[in-house]
Amino acid sequence: MLFSENLATVAYIGATILFILSLGGLSNPASSRRGNLYGMIGMALAVVATVFGPRVTPTGIGWIVGAMAVGGSIGVYAARTVQMTQMPELVALMHSLVGLAAVLVGYASYVDPSASAGFTSAEVTIHHVEVYIGVLIGAVTLSGSLIAFGKLSARISGTPLILPGKHFLNLAGLLLVLFFGAQFLGAHSVDAGMMPLVIMTVIALLFGVHMVMSIGGADMPVVVSMLNSYSGWAAAATGFMLSNDLLIVTGALVGSSGAILSYIMCRAMNRNFISVIAGGFGTSGGTPAAATSGEPQGEVTPVSAVETAELLRDAKSVVIVPGYGMAVAQAQHTVYEITKLLREKGVNIRFGIHPVAGRMPGHMNVLLAEAKVPYDIVMEMDEINDDFPATDVCMVIGANDIVNPSAQDDPGSPIAGMPVLEVWKAKTSIVMKRGMASGYAGVDNPLFYKDNNRMLFGDAKKMLEEVLAALRA
Amino acid sequence: MGLKIGIPKEVFAGERRAASVPEVVEKLIKLGFAVAVESGAGASANCDDDSYRAAGAEIISSAAGLWAASDIVFKVRGPSSDEVALMHAGQTLISFIWPAQNPELMQELAAKQVTVLAIDALPRTLSRAQKMDALTSQAGVTGYRAVIEAANAFGRFFNGQITAAGKVPPAKVFIAGAGVAGLAAIGTAASLGAIVRANDTRAEVADQVVSLGGEFVKVDYVEEGSGGGGYAKVMSEGFQQAQREMYAKQASEVDIIITTALIPGKPAPKLITAEMVRSMKPGSVIVDMAAEQGGNCELTEPGQAVVKHGVTIVGFTDLASRLAKQSSTLYGTNLFRVCEELCKTKDGVINVNMEDDAIRGLTVIKDGSITWPAPALKPAAVPAAKPAAAVQKKPQGHGAPSEPMAGSSLAIMFGVAAALFWFVGANAPAAFLGHFTVFVLACFVGYMVVWNVTPALHTPLMSVTNAISSIIAIGALVQIAPPMLGGLPPGSSRPDELIRWLSVVAIVLTAINMFGGFAVTQRMLAMFRK
Repeated sequence: MLFSENLATVAYIGATILFILSLGGLSNPASSRRGNLYGMIGMALAVVATVFGPRVTPTGIGWIVGAMAVGGSIGVYAARTVQMTQMPELVALMHSLVGLAAVLVGYASYVDPSASAGFTSAEVTIHHVEVYIGVLIGAVTLSGSLIAFGKLSARISGTPLILPGKHFLNLAGLLLVLFFGAQFLGAHSVDAGMMPLVIMTVIALLFGVHMVMSIGGADMPVVVSMLNSYSGWAAAATGFMLSNDLLIVTGALVGSSGAILSYIMCRAMNRNFISVIAGGFGTSGGTPAAATSGEPQGEVTPVSAVETAELLRDAKSVVIVPGYGMAVAQAQHTVYEITKLLREKGVNIRFGIHPVAGRMPGHMNVLLAEAKVPYDIVMEMDEINDDFPATDVCMVIGANDIVNPSAQDDPGSPIAGMPVLEVWKAKTSIVMKRGMASGYAGVDNPLFYKDNNRMLFGDAKKMLEEVLAALRA
Repeated sequence: MGLKIGIPKEVFAGERRAASVPEVVEKLIKLGFAVAVESGAGASANCDDDSYRAAGAEIISSAAGLWAASDIVFKVRGPSSDEVALMHAGQTLISFIWPAQNPELMQELAAKQVTVLAIDALPRTLSRAQKMDALTSQAGVTGYRAVIEAANAFGRFFNGQITAAGKVPPAKVFIAGAGVAGLAAIGTAASLGAIVRANDTRAEVADQVVSLGGEFVKVDYVEEGSGGGGYAKVMSEGFQQAQREMYAKQASEVDIIITTALIPGKPAPKLITAEMVRSMKPGSVIVDMAAEQGGNCELTEPGQAVVKHGVTIVGFTDLASRLAKQSSTLYGTNLFRVCEELCKTKDGVINVNMEDDAIRGLTVIKDGSITWPAPALKPAAVPAAKPAAAVQKKPQGHGAPSEPMAGSSLAIMFGVAAALFWFVGANAPAAFLGHFTVFVLACFVGYMVVWNVTPALHTPLMSVTNAISSIIAIGALVQIAPPMLGGLPPGSSRPDELIRWLSVVAIVLTAINMFGGFAVTQRMLAMFRK
């Protein structure tokens, strides 16, 4: 035993501090790599202090090393091979692992009589409540993340599933969970308590499925960060269950940071946090019929890749607004080539990123970073919105709802009030899309019909390659 | 029936503009006004009496008749003494007045017990007032026309061409002063294909010059020249010296110089000396748009185009009149916008509301008492302060815009929190409270730490928090083979096999997460570069 009880505690404090520094470091690109390093050191410290600490006897070490080696190699392999465009799926999948682990630990703790040895009856009750809540959160995280993974990787349709009376279903689920919770606490033996615990787990799994199924694709960034938050709360609940302060602190850190991130996302979409969780787009009291009242008038003006290149070549100031379409088409490298070429010609080219562009928070930034676009020309919405009137050409690549003027003009629109990038204020805007389909919100986009807007139809990557070739010619 | 707006024929020599055109007259009538036009008022602006009549206006043959019949009179130039004599008490006049330069006219008008709105006294910094800004609309016309006059007098193409008959170099145009007229001239000259350079004492217009296709020429001397209200101010001697050197250099290089430099209430600054004119190439052209205020060039003869030292110097003072239809239409629309502001009820009755900043600024005489100058508006320094604010905002991320919460909702939140804490404190055992303390504090730390994260890093942040949440592995680790120190409760046995397998699976899962999460974060962060 390398670590005495006290040494282990001190090591845990050190790990906690490292985790806080890690999150703090991640707030700025310059310090972010060091932040990640702090996280790794903290995690290593926590694991080593536990394995060689007073709570693990040497018989377990072989098992632990084996399990760690298997899991670690799978994890590293996945991290190496994943494409940057698949990041949202990977993160969602990994959340589900934490959820499942929380469920397993919860069950193990429940069946382990030594976990509550020497407790008073009040303490036993509290321990059982902690187990129950830990398993509940873990199960919701597990099934919710799996569905999110399915939606993000297009294995499941992105459209929200609306069951009749879904709010009542959720409410009924909650009441059942409370009822079985009472049964669970009233049980006198482990065997008697197992039944309500399993039933609750099933309900929680169904609840997680239903929750994410009913959320539309455009709200996915919120869901992903919300599940991130849940995985933290699951860890915190496990910490209470095992009386482990390190787990509590770390879980709370992750949980609150995920919650804050979800809140920031919701604010970026002008959506109510509760209504995002409670249901799909336009269903929470909204009237989809109102959307048609602002049916856009006019004609779309298509352009060719060669004409686009000419517009870009003559421009002095260009803003590129990427969306999920760029990620799908894997066009970020071509975008960077065009950027590099135009920058060499002295064009002032910048990127405008909407907070919810893509399918997870910061998705576009990661893709552009992968393509080596310097982060100081990648602007946030608030930084760039004032500059559109002085912009010659604004290129919108596979984005739709985040550049929809009806968010500002049409109070009846389902996305009314959502902050958008005001690309229509640029002298010319070019929208690259595969067709005239509407975005995830299912709202038609009057931008396409504006006089100063041009449409470049086709696969984003193919079209951009043609633009690049025309620029080089 | 609403008030009657009268549009007399302009009497100033060479003035070809009219104060309104038929298209605008229609809109005025829709606003509830009646409109009377003096016969021939629009003739020189290509608007004959019939077209006004078709728009719904009444044609009155004599000036005296028109002035007598009108409640409101629209004019372009300030009224002559004869016209003032035709006015009657209670009448309203909207026109260019230049109250600072014409104190006698102001006295005469005041003596007539009339109300006068001077379109040149509009507070131009008010963004709402832009639609009424006739100085701007007329300056745009003159800037355009100045280039046309220059092209007319210039013996070559503006744009460079390579033809079968040889190569033609593009004309070089230098524009002094990048106000509205200067900017219009830059745009026009650039669109004709010339190489355009421009200078202004106000450094902030450099971007506007560039945006119109011009090149901004700096004076090699540091001094800020913004004099408020969108005008330039008089500069120091050192600056003027540096400026003269720059002008001398430009004069020897360019083919065409267009000067627009005006300082309100003062004679135009002499930017182009006779020496500079002599240094210019034969056939060059100078268009002096400040000719009416004495000219920016020493050799300008106001109202004429003269050739001196082989350089044509155009000093026309009626550039706007030379595009009479265009300038009349724009001016008429400006006045229509003023009427809209005066007559918000759309019933043809005006209300000179002195509480309204725009109207207050315009009104120089109210019912016979001189109300000029209007009290100063908010300072024009707003745009200068903005970039500083933006820079300050940036590093604060999401923390900046959140305002303090409303007192009531804050009180409710504190109330709920207090109730919750009381419940916990009353029921939970001491051991739990220690954990609970840690938990609550950690939530706050998480909130503080994450609130400032830049949106660009949301994805790495999520993947790192995800990796950190695999701390749950500790839970599995301590269960896999714990020392049985406390002993088991009597009558129970520990299902070691089951617990071990549950724990091993949990460790595998969390290890995937732990290693995968940190590795993928590392991979992502390595890509972020400046």
